[in-house]
This record gives sequence, structure tokens and C-alpha cells, in this order.
Amino acid sequence: MHQQSVPILDLLRRRVTLEQAFSGLCVGFDLVQISQIEASLQAFGDAFKKRLFTQDELIYANCDEGQCAQRLAARFAAKEALIKALQLSEVGVDWRNIEVIKQPDGDCHLQLHGGVAELALSMGAMQWLLSMSHDGDYAGAVVMALGFTPHRKIIELSKKVKNVGIH
Amino acid sequence: MLESIELKIRDVLRDHGRLNQDIEHIDMQTDLYKSGMTSHASVNVMLALEGVFDIEFPDNFLKRSVFGSIDSIRRAVTELHAVS
Repeated sequence: MHQQSVPILDLLRRRVTLEQAFSGLCVGFDLVQISQIEASLQAFGDAFKKRLFTQDELIYANCDEGQCAQRLAARFAAKEALIKALQLSEVGVDWRNIEVIKQPDGDCHLQLHGGVAELALSMGAMQWLLSMSHDGDYAGAVVMALGFTPHRKIIELSKKVKNVGIH
Repeated sequence: MLESIELKIRDVLRDHGRLNQDIEHIDMQTDLYKSGMTSHASVNVMLALEGVFDIEFPDNFLKRSVFGSIDSIRRAVTELHAVS
């Protein structure tokens, strides 16, 4: 008898539950009050901006008058949503390693840097989807992290399949 | 010394924590997040603490649990103050 890899579809055929098979699918959401971001900007100024946002994020936020707090609120929500999705709240991360990139067509996506990128990769998260919105005094963001089930998880699932004796 | 640190932390939380109850009713172990502090408010608290104590929170201190109670904040401030 020889060992072979166990792809996801094969696990599904073997009645592994969707929850087990797609354990690398994670969602995070965060909601931020724009006026509170405005208050933080007034209270802490550059310390607040430079601690949380990349240079490009600040350039974009400041490019249109009166949009700064709203844009930074949405970006802060996006960073927090990713931290929730990947469950990094007890890891300790630099918010600037989570960057919202504004594309020429208007869409936004997340780009991870440094330690956060390494953590996401080690967790098997290969792609993250971002949606941001704002209305009135609130800005929110949803992040969905998509990933191949980590190799370690594949091994665990493979053992479960063997244990229940499905052939 | 410890009492002085605690009082300063309480002042910061009163001004920036956005807590849903008076700081006088919060004891050392009370969960600040359950008392209304948001993730954004915890950033404000962190920045205010850095100013008050002349310290800087490194990345590995930027955890939810570090800002979870007055006691955990006091331990972090004491540790950072000792090395600064």
C-alpha cells in the first residue's frame, strides 16, 4: 500500500463535511464611526495616521478635500476585518502591514506585507477579498480570506477518513 | 508608584476608552471590551498612554489581551517603562 496526497474534492467524495474541507475560509467584519476617526485625527494627528496607515493610504485619503476621515475609517475597518478573519488579535500586528490598495478602476484590494503576510501564508490563506462601504457616520468592511487547506489539515483529515473506514 | 500608574491609566481610559460606565466603577480585572471599548478606542488609548508615559508599544504588545483590563495595561506599561 502506498501513500498519496488527498485533494479536497476527494475528501468531499469521502463524505468529509464542508466545514472540515473548507476550514481555510474565514470572514471578518468591522464597523467604524467616521466622526470618531475625525476625533482621533484631531487628538493625535500624525501619530494616529503614521501608526495605522501606509504612506500611499494617507496620500489617497488626503487627495480630495473633506474625504480624509471617511476614507481612513473605511481603511481602518478593513484592517480590523482582516485581523478578525485571520484571528490575529492575540498575535500583535503592525496595522501598516495590512494595506488597502486603490486600483485605477476604483476597486480596492488588500495587500499584506512583512509579518502579517508571513502569518497569512503560514495559515494557508492565499487570497483575501475585500468589500468596503460607508453611509452617514459609519464605514464598514468585510474581508474574506480564502485558502487552500493547510498541509497539516490535509494530513489530519486524511487520518479521519482512514479512521471511519470509508473506501 | 503603582497607584500613580493606575490613576494615569484611569485618566486615559476616561478620556479615550469610550466606556459605557464610569471609570470609578471599573475594577482592575474588569473586561474593558465588554465595558464598551472598541478596537478603535483601544488605539486611542494606546496612543494616549504612549504620550503620558513616554513609551512606545511595540508590535508584539498590540494584542487585544494587553488592553483588556486596567491590570493588563498596567503590567504592559510597567514593563515598557522599565526598558525605556
